[in-house]
Formats: sequence, structure tokens, C-alpha cells
Amino acid sequence: MPTPDEVYEQVLAEETAKGSSPAVAQARAKAARVRAQRGSTNPNKPDSSTAPAPNRSPTTGEVPPSEPASAPRTEARPAAAAQAKPAAAAQARPAATATARPAGRAAAAPTTGAPAKRAVGNGAGPAVPERVQRLLAVVKPEAIQKVERQPMDRVNVWPHLMAAEFVSLLVITALLTIFSVAVDAPLRELSNFNQTPNPSKAPWYFLGLQELLRYFHPQVAGVTIPTVIIIALMAAPFVDRNPSTRPDDRKLAIVIFSFFMLTFAVLTIIGMFFRGPGFNFVFPWEGGIFFEL
Amino acid sequence: MARAERRWNPRQKLVERMDQLHNSQLWRAMFRPGSIFRRGYADSPRNRAYVVMNSLLYHLHPVKVKRHGIKLSYTLCLGGLSFFLFILLTITGIYLMFFYRPSVEIVYQDMQRLHTQVSFGLLVRNLHRWGAHLMVISVFLHMARVFYTGAYKPPREFNWVVGVILLLLTLLLAFTGYLLPWDQLAVWAVTVGTEMMKNSPVIGDQVQFALLGGPVIGPETLLRWYTLHVLFLPFIIVIFISIHFWRVRKDGGISGPM
Repeated sequence: MPTPDEVYEQVLAEETAKGSSPAVAQARAKAARVRAQRGSTNPNKPDSSTAPAPNRSPTTGEVPPSEPASAPRTEARPAAAAQAKPAAAAQARPAATATARPAGRAAAAPTTGAPAKRAVGNGAGPAVPERVQRLLAVVKPEAIQKVERQPMDRVNVWPHLMAAEFVSLLVITALLTIFSVAVDAPLRELSNFNQTPNPSKAPWYFLGLQELLRYFHPQVAGVTIPTVIIIALMAAPFVDRNPSTRPDDRKLAIVIFSFFMLTFAVLTIIGMFFRGPGFNFVFPWEGGIFFEL
Repeated sequence: MARAERRWNPRQKLVERMDQLHNSQLWRAMFRPGSIFRRGYADSPRNRAYVVMNSLLYHLHPVKVKRHGIKLSYTLCLGGLSFFLFILLTITGIYLMFFYRPSVEIVYQDMQRLHTQVSFGLLVRNLHRWGAHLMVISVFLHMARVFYTGAYKPPREFNWVVGVILLLLTLLLAFTGYLLPWDQLAVWAVTVGTEMMKNSPVIGDQVQFALLGGPVIGPETLLRWYTLHVLFLPFIIVIFISIHFWRVRKDGGISGPM
């Protein structure tokens, strides 16, 4: 039997020959040496690196011949099969098996009732009455189907995404601070309900609607159109059934959306800069700008 | 060389002191994994995963994202910026609340005092106002981005609906805040805005009455809109923001690629 150091050298040589990188080769060799050390100094002790090992007998370190672990394993089998073949599982509707027997997750908690089972497994303890089945978890069939995940090129959020976020956060803070130092928020004279300013305009995000008031009945411009816009926006994903996200496949959707966005932008800009006293049309370069943010 | 090292070396001293601090029990209790802070530089994939998992704030993010999702040209950071602006507005708004009393007799004095006497009062107010306008813009643009990348399609269709609600709430927050300076600009802009609501069929007058606390803008309106602006709407929008973020994760992370 080789000494641990010999094992180390041997594994290192093997790994290097296989073409592993030096770090990997060394790590594997070290692991092998540790295993060899444990095996030579204390052969009876179970390998502690396989931590919980609930199915091993603590005295002998061997797996008991009659496999007490078979109980949870058989129980786990339907779920395991379901995980392996999600499509088949969906057809078979394994909800019944999952509820009747502790499924997939249950395998993670096989230690419940372990002492009794272990006694049976060793054949030494007194006979235990029939096993009691417990409901540990209900796994819905849909949940099992989602196990498989598309392989996809992924990067760590830290640092790749967070660095970008942090920079954009700093940039926007800097720009906003500089702008705030340079430009003061407006504060006109104290409100006076007897003196209507001319023109009086809504906040800029409602100026598109105010502009519409020039063309439509107030009930249409002030209520119907905004309601329709909101409902249309919310309904968009349910109306647009085209599953593709490629711009080439969804020209119509893009044209419609862009049309409304542009219309509203134009209306807002007209309301901001091209409306003077009495909300009449003026050119900003002739009549001046009647607008404050 | 040895003599030089032994000489008084402030930098060396500082490094030693920092090491002592980092190894103290208090420090380690605060910054160990699972605490709200993190420590150390993360250079291995495992540590990089821990950075996200062990931080209360960062674990809004998944450990990994699709590579195309971190491209600036895909998201333009607009959703994140909207959220950041919301936080910025919360912070500046709390500062402004210290100096603002929503009562028509004194509110305008408070505004003037904010401009002239309060330290950084004008600057913070500017930040709050320009930040609010910027947030409206960025939320709009975020919606446009989501539309143009087709990110509203299944399985994200419900999150799009939540997003539309967030847009409305953003507009309402901006609009309720617009009244609070109580100057000519604010009062008459709000008058124009609420006149539109009066035209709702059947319940128009009631809607306007409920919003204004009377037939016309008055002291009740100010108090009402102040409460809406500083408490009610932020409360609602935080709930919807949480749902929005949660759904982003549950619906499979960032959308795409196109």
C-alpha cells in the first residue's frame, strides 16, 4: 500500500499527464493524499467528507447489507423518474404519486425515522411494525416539468452587471446634481385664486391631453382617450399574440406603438412650446415660450 | 533595509490597524456572510456568487444573468434608473418634509424659507423636482424599451400590466407633488388637471370632490395631496415595485435575446 505522499506524487503525475492545469492537478493530488491518509490511519472511521451519511452504521463504517436507504429511495423513484422525463411525467400526471409518497424533496430528508430503519437494516434490532408513510411535500406536476433549463451564456452579476449599474447610477447622480446647481426649480408668487395666469397649463406630462382638449369634447379628451390609452397598454400583450420578439417579425406592432408615442410626443411638445396666451397657437421664436417645468 | 522598515511608517501602521480592525470580533460579526453587509474582494466564481447571495440589497439580483442582458444597448439601464430615481426622490423628499408644513397659511413661507434659510434647501428642492421630471421620462422610456424589445410577451405579460400601473402611479406621484409649492404655477396647473377629471361620466363631480376635498382647490386639497404624495402613493408604489421586481425573477430574468 503506497504512503500518502506516494499517492500524492502519483496522482500529480497522472493529472499532469492528462493535461490538467497545475492548480487543478495539485488540488486533486492533495485530495487523494488526504483520502489515503484517512484510509491508512483510521480505516474504520467513515469518510467524514461525505458528511451526513445517515445510512452508514456508525460502528463498522460499512453500508449495511440490506440497505435501509432503500425505503426513501423507492419512495423517491417516481419523482426521480419525473425529473428525468418531464414530458412523460406531464402525461402521467404524477401528482397522485407525489402526494401519496414523499416525492423528490423527500429524498433530501431520509433521516426521519432513521434509527428504527437502521435497526431493521442491520437485522439486529427488534422487529419494527410496518413503516408509517408521512406526507412530506406535495410536488405539483408543473413544478417538476420546469427542472430542465435551457443552457445559456450567463455571466456573474457581480461584477459585470453591478459595475455597470453603479457607473450609470453615478453618472445620473452627477448630471442631476450639476443641473440642479445650475437651474433652479420655479417658484412663482403665492397662489391667488382671483387671478388666473394666462395661459394656465397642466404639468408637462398632461399637456398632450390638454392639447387634445382643443380638438375634442372634454369628455372625450379628458376621460375617454386616457382611459382607452391605459386599457390598450395593459391589453397589449394579450392582443398581440405574435410570440416573436424579432423586430422584423413584428413590424405592425412597432409601427402602431411608434405612431401613438410620436403623436403624443408631438402633442405634448405643441402644448409645451407652441401655445401662448389663451392657449392659442404661437411660434416660440416669435411670441416667446409660455411654459415652466 | 531592515532599518528603513523599522522606522516610523504611517502607511504600514495604517495597514496593521486596519487588519486588526478587520479581525476584531465586532467587525467579523457585522460583515460575515449572511449579514446585511459583505466584506472582502470577490475574485472566484464562488465568492462572486456569495457577494450577491449574502447581501440583502444585492440579492434582488440573481447570481448570474444572461450575457446579452448586461449590454447597455439592450436595456439602457432605464428600469434601474427609474428605481434609483425613486430612491433619490425618497431621500430628498424626506429632507424637504423637515421644513414643509401643509397648511395654506404658512406653506408659502415655508417654501421661501426653504429657498433662503435652509442649508441646501434650494439644491435639495431642485434635485427633487428635476429628479421627478426625469423619473417620469425614464419610466416612459423604460416602457418604450420594453415594447420595442418585445419583452412584454409571455411569460412576462402580467409584469407589463404591473408596469403600466407603475407608470400611472409615477404620474400620480408627480402630479400630487406638483401642487405642494402652493404658488401660482402649482395651483393653476392642478386646476387644469383636475378640471379634466370632472368630465368623467356619471361620477365626475364626486371624483373631483373627493380629490380636492371640496368643489374647488382649498386647504383640504393641500393636506389631502400632501398625504397622498408623501405617504399613500409611495406606499402603494413600493408594493407594486416589489411585485414588479419579483415577477422579473419569476418570469425568467431579463428577456431576450431578440
